Amino acid sequence: MSITLPVDPSTTTSHRSLVEIRRVRKSFGAHQVLRDVSLAVPAGTVTVLLGPSGSGKSTLLRCINHLETIDGGRIIVDGELIGYRQSGHNAHEMTPRQIARQRRGIGMVFQRFNLFPHMTALENIIEAPIGIAGLPRAQARTRAKQLLDRVGLADFAAHYPAQLSGGQQQRVAIARALAMDPKLMLFDEPTSALDPELVGDVLDVMRELAKEGMTMIVVTHEIGFARGVADQVVFMDGGVVVESGRPEHVFDDPQRQRTRNFLESVR
Amino acid sequence: MTALEQTRSEFGTEATDDDVVAIPLRRPWRWIGAALVLLLAAAFLYSVLTNPNIDFAAIGQFLFDQRILEGVGLTLLITLISMVVSTVLAVVVAAMRLSSNPVLSTVAWFYVWAFRGTPLLVQIVLWGYLGRLYEKLSLGIPFTDVVFWHIDTNQLISAFVAGLLALTLNQAAYSSEIVRAGMLSVDEGQREAAYSLGMSPLYTFRRVLLPQAMRVIIPPMGNETISMLKNTSLLSVIAVLEIYTQATVISSQNLKQVELLIVASLWYLLMTSVLSIPQYYLERRYGRGTSRALPPTPLQRMRRAFASRRHGVAPAPETKAVSVI
Ligand SMILES: Nc1ncnc2c1ncn2[C@@H]1O[C@H](COP(=O)(O)OP(=O)(O)OP(=O)(O)O)[C@@H](O)[C@H]1O
Ligand SMILES: [Mg+2]
Repeated sequence: MSITLPVDPSTTTSHRSLVEIRRVRKSFGAHQVLRDVSLAVPAGTVTVLLGPSGSGKSTLLRCINHLETIDGGRIIVDGELIGYRQSGHNAHEMTPRQIARQRRGIGMVFQRFNLFPHMTALENIIEAPIGIAGLPRAQARTRAKQLLDRVGLADFAAHYPAQLSGGQQQRVAIARALAMDPKLMLFDEPTSALDPELVGDVLDVMRELAKEGMTMIVVTHEIGFARGVADQVVFMDGGVVVESGRPEHVFDDPQRQRTRNFLESVR
Repeated sequence: MTALEQTRSEFGTEATDDDVVAIPLRRPWRWIGAALVLLLAAAFLYSVLTNPNIDFAAIGQFLFDQRILEGVGLTLLITLISMVVSTVLAVVVAAMRLSSNPVLSTVAWFYVWAFRGTPLLVQIVLWGYLGRLYEKLSLGIPFTDVVFWHIDTNQLISAFVAGLLALTLNQAAYSSEIVRAGMLSVDEGQREAAYSLGMSPLYTFRRVLLPQAMRVIIPPMGNETISMLKNTSLLSVIAVLEIYTQATVISSQNLKQVELLIVASLWYLLMTSVLSIPQYYLERRYGRGTSRALPPTPLQRMRRAFASRRHGVAPAPETKAVSVI
């Protein structure tokens, strides 16, 4: 499969952005979910994606680690074109193996945790480092224990996911993604499946991560978190970026009516 | 001291007015029913054991007869080979069925349709007659005269091989549906989580999807193995010398049909009983993480029972005395 890339001479000069999304298009059948979405995420910053249900936030996030293929445009992470190999004006889709290699550098956290239920918390974390990155077992275990400690679950290494609360599972899922030493973390509504009293612990871990300089793209409706942590807020609707900027600008002085309507509905 | 004993000593001796001792409902009909069934069973057993037409000495004599033991061995061998090969084949067929390639999934569908839709007995006889259909089997380039190697069919496909082929191909059709159901039972989010960690499709299948599918696959596969063991007796129609054929061969000489059928049945019972042991442990292994605590193995249960006997107190049944607060 090959797609035609938009001619854009400036892509080679964009070095300060860790993630470059340029005019990405995506349809499911006749339904166009992403229409020319462009977005840049500087290294070490946090971008919060906001928008009503069905606006294409999850789809955009999933395109970034190629869980979805794109129909046009390009996504560049750390200087590498995601999912495609460029030759001239055509881009050829990579083999599953090459794509898997690219995904190692991009961690993802899901709304429904998706921990492996047949493995303990510790086994969940060490599986990919040992099996994929080839880390020695002892080293992977030490690192996994540090990560569990960091998300406040040092005593839960031997617990199976079914023995953990939702908030604990999500923190294990974050530790699991971090174990591959990603340069970018994607969060798709990480707290929306949680009971309200468990949301705080997960957000704390994410705040901590942001403070340490991790580049993050977060889909969330937690306005408080976005205000406190985000460097950039992007409001999407109907598959396009309606408005983006510093959180104080987007939240306190939205320029578009659609943004205002949405913010009123979530407040 | 077990937890239960502790509870009893805490609550039993210092019972206050607030404690209520629950006494289970008496069920006299259970006792009457049980007595009736026991009586009937005893009567049946008596009629069999005192039946002058059954030669019990012959049963004892043939139970460990050389030919019977060889039959047992062959039955086990056929069961083992056809279960292993058919399971591998089943995974392939299931993967084809689930594939997005329409040719592969249609071929897989057709395979299951054909082999599930005809009686196993008919398939066995057909494989036995294969030599009549194709006298020679050859390896060459299709639709040309180029032949690298050929062999007389009856020479290659002995009754044993024909039987194996029939059982294996038939079983693969059934097992592939079990494997497919198992794969479909795994949440799609599991694959995505695995992919997002950089796992390849094959690695994901092996380490993430298959172990979870196994939980759904193993109980019915245990059943299939037991069915397979018994279905080997159908190979008697093409004269494969498994245990049932051996038993009929012997009884055709000494006319002790019932005795030899009892001998064969005893062996079948023993073999199917033994087969349920590995199933239990496999279910336990792949059940990890599904419930909050794993059930104890029979061995652990026995050890626990002995341990409490040594302390002199048998653990109280849970419903005998419950403190209600
Ligand atoms: N695999 C798919 N096949 C067909 N349509 C899809 C698929 N995935 C998503 N869609 C559609 O694409 C649109 C955007 O979905 P997406 O999940 O990206 O929205 P979202 O902004 O994340 O919404 P939410 O806030 O509800 O999670 C929706 O209309 C959805 O129905
Ligand atoms: Mg979504």
